Amino acid sequence: METFIHQIVAGIATGGVYASLALALVMIYQSTHHINFAQGEIAMFATYLAWTLINAGFPYWVAFFGTVILAFALGVLIQRVIIRPVENAPVLNVVVVFIGLLVILNSLAGWIFTYTIKSFPSPFPKEPPFGLSFISSHELGSIGVTIVLLVMLYSFFRFTPLGLAMRAAAQNPDSSRLVGIRVGWMLALGWGLAAVLGSIAGMMIAPIVFLEPNMMSGVLLYAFAAALVGGIDSPGGAVLGGFLVGILENLLGAYVIGTELKLSVALVLIVTVLTIRPAGLFGKVIVTRV
Amino acid sequence: MAVACVLPFFLSNYHVFQASMVLSTAIALVGLNILTGYSGQISLGHGAFLAIGAYTTAILMDKFDVPYWATIPVAGLVCLVAGFLFGLPALKLEGHYLALATFALAVALPQLLKFRYLEPWTGGVQGIVIMKPDPPISSFMGLTLNSDRWLYFVALLVAALMYLVAWNLLRGRIGRALIAIRDQPTAAALMGIDTSLYKSLAFGVSALFTGVAGSLSAILVAFVAPDSFTVFLSITLMVGMVVGGLTSLPGALYGAAFVQFIPNLADQISKAAPWAIYGALLIVLMIVLPGGIAGGLNLLWSKVTNRTGALQ
Amino acid sequence: MASLLEVDGLCAGYGATEVVHDLSMRIEEGTITTLLGANGAGKTTTLRALCKMIRTRGSIRFAGEAIDQLATEDIVRRGVAHVPDGRGTFGSLTTEENLRLGGYTRRDRKAAAADQERMYDYFPRLRERRQQQAGTMSGGEQQMLAIARALMLRPRLLLMDEPSFGLAPLIVREIFSIMKAINENDRVTILLVEQNAAMALKLASQAYLLETGRLVLSGEAAALSNDEAVRRSYLGY
Repeated sequence: METFIHQIVAGIATGGVYASLALALVMIYQSTHHINFAQGEIAMFATYLAWTLINAGFPYWVAFFGTVILAFALGVLIQRVIIRPVENAPVLNVVVVFIGLLVILNSLAGWIFTYTIKSFPSPFPKEPPFGLSFISSHELGSIGVTIVLLVMLYSFFRFTPLGLAMRAAAQNPDSSRLVGIRVGWMLALGWGLAAVLGSIAGMMIAPIVFLEPNMMSGVLLYAFAAALVGGIDSPGGAVLGGFLVGILENLLGAYVIGTELKLSVALVLIVTVLTIRPAGLFGKVIVTRV
Repeated sequence: MAVACVLPFFLSNYHVFQASMVLSTAIALVGLNILTGYSGQISLGHGAFLAIGAYTTAILMDKFDVPYWATIPVAGLVCLVAGFLFGLPALKLEGHYLALATFALAVALPQLLKFRYLEPWTGGVQGIVIMKPDPPISSFMGLTLNSDRWLYFVALLVAALMYLVAWNLLRGRIGRALIAIRDQPTAAALMGIDTSLYKSLAFGVSALFTGVAGSLSAILVAFVAPDSFTVFLSITLMVGMVVGGLTSLPGALYGAAFVQFIPNLADQISKAAPWAIYGALLIVLMIVLPGGIAGGLNLLWSKVTNRTGALQ
Repeated sequence: MASLLEVDGLCAGYGATEVVHDLSMRIEEGTITTLLGANGAGKTTTLRALCKMIRTRGSIRFAGEAIDQLATEDIVRRGVAHVPDGRGTFGSLTTEENLRLGGYTRRDRKAAAADQERMYDYFPRLRERRQQQAGTMSGGEQQMLAIARALMLRPRLLLMDEPSFGLAPLIVREIFSIMKAINENDRVTILLVEQNAAMALKLASQAYLLETGRLVLSGEAAALSNDEAVRRSYLGY
């Protein structure tokens, strides 16, 4: 029974990481109708930046917030320089650019930081919290960080004028321009926030999967599955989907198929959702006008 | 073509091998072209068909002692069926979503190939080693034929054949139907084109070409293993297609040459360099020259020969 | 004295197709001008061109400043509000959020909040539906919301694209009387695109008539509506 609870808890912890990444994917999808294939690599690269800061001697939380700021800047930069020129290009061109971005970030990381696997510290103590046996401190801390992050984002979008403007720009860019919103910069901001989400997700999962340029590909796949399950244009759905997928992955891995086919599970989830119910649990079904 | 025939006798064995690989990759790129360039369906997972073709050949040769040349059509047929089957659920998916599904396939593939229960067939992580075939005749008109050179001619023959098939296919009704489906799917459907059938067929045919290429490459390399078929292989194919030029058969050759030789050159700078170049190129090309090399050459040619100054 | 809006030789279109050809207009501050024409004459295109939502050639000057090279957002921030055809409301946001967005660019928070209340006074039905999702409201209510949102900008020039479209005559009359009130009380200049020529000519003081993208008539609204020949051949009544 205890292992069962531990699997669930571990699932919630990794689910939080998936939820953050899925939310990042949904944010970009909602505002641009593009799927950010490079989201994982952005997260990975940001985590490497964190590693660099930590190695340079900065205390963990200083490095953490420094990375968040750097990730934000990176996201904005990518949107302005690389994504904007192909905003209205055909789908294939856009997909190619995203893949190109994935590849560049991956190879840059390999070039600057080498391909050797590195360990990444966790800011949480090694001993389990309060002597509990079914949860580690890192898992608890990771869940806590995720919750704080999600609450902050929710408040931002719900209660601040800028958040409102971003929501408007994502839904209806033309009308947004008519109220004076600089839609281009809203998009850039969205990318910045998505990068921040990714960086925090990366820093939370790096202690578990270890730091190497290809660390996020599996995580990204699960994030895609989570976003699709929840609904690719539903932020709440993405978060819920993340936790669901995290728990599902752990339970399946522990009791059904072992850890070998984890990626195939994500694949099956993705293909199933796409063919049976593309809108996911909470998304809207899109009717295209002829 | 004549140049291609005499080429192997002037090059070292390794370069002959490389040339053969270029031919094999070109076949795969033609396949990808049919799917993406002509039929407008994005696949980020074509490495899977390379894998199926390669493993079919390897298993047939290793476990059933089938001669190498016979495995090629079998691999092609297996992939035709696989591609068609994959194309069926893919019918419902457009643009991004199809890219996502194929991307997921590509990422999950190596793990699948290493799966414990398939190991007796796939050789697990170690993969399968196959024998490099000997040439049937050791010399021809006074020129020595070794394994590499012989295989080069095999590749050349297969490539020429596949090119012919593709050229015929695309030039006629099927090609026009595919382009119609790509550009104006609703209108195409209204005109009586069975879009579902054509799209699934496009997937199947594209997979066939790629499977043949995979089979060839397995014979050339004499080895298959799961980690050769990562998502980066699929991305390499995409790079080749983009650089060479979509909807361009000659572009497949340019693209194949590019992805074969750039890593060799760039490797000298650093292990990561080829991919950095790929990535940068993908982005820059999409912004500046979406037609790839073939498109660029066409543009140049039209600029040189254009006297009427048509509307831009 | 310069007119509030000066348009010279405006050509505009979509992609490679030009829809509006060589249009010139003068709109004085404080007036209501109507732009009339049949379906497809280019009226909506003209309004979109004035906000630079589409490609244009030619000169557009607003309050003495050239705006034909500016982005839509920047033109809006200079005091041009546009109520587009189709209302353009943010469907999944509430009425209140829509209004707040209307005042997004305003620096004077308190005045903006006060204006929001004034909008509810103009359109009491909106006050009832403050927290309702805009997309679930009726056409007439969405039209009122769209106008209210535009007014939150405290614009100098209000561009309105077929406000009567698809609405019951009673509601249309209500909206037209509100437009008159806005013009008189708040000194908002209005450029009104309408198919309902009769009502538009009653409200406006100046009129322009478009036919296949070209200006064929212009003058005082009263004169145009009294000219039977014009009414028969161009306005259909």
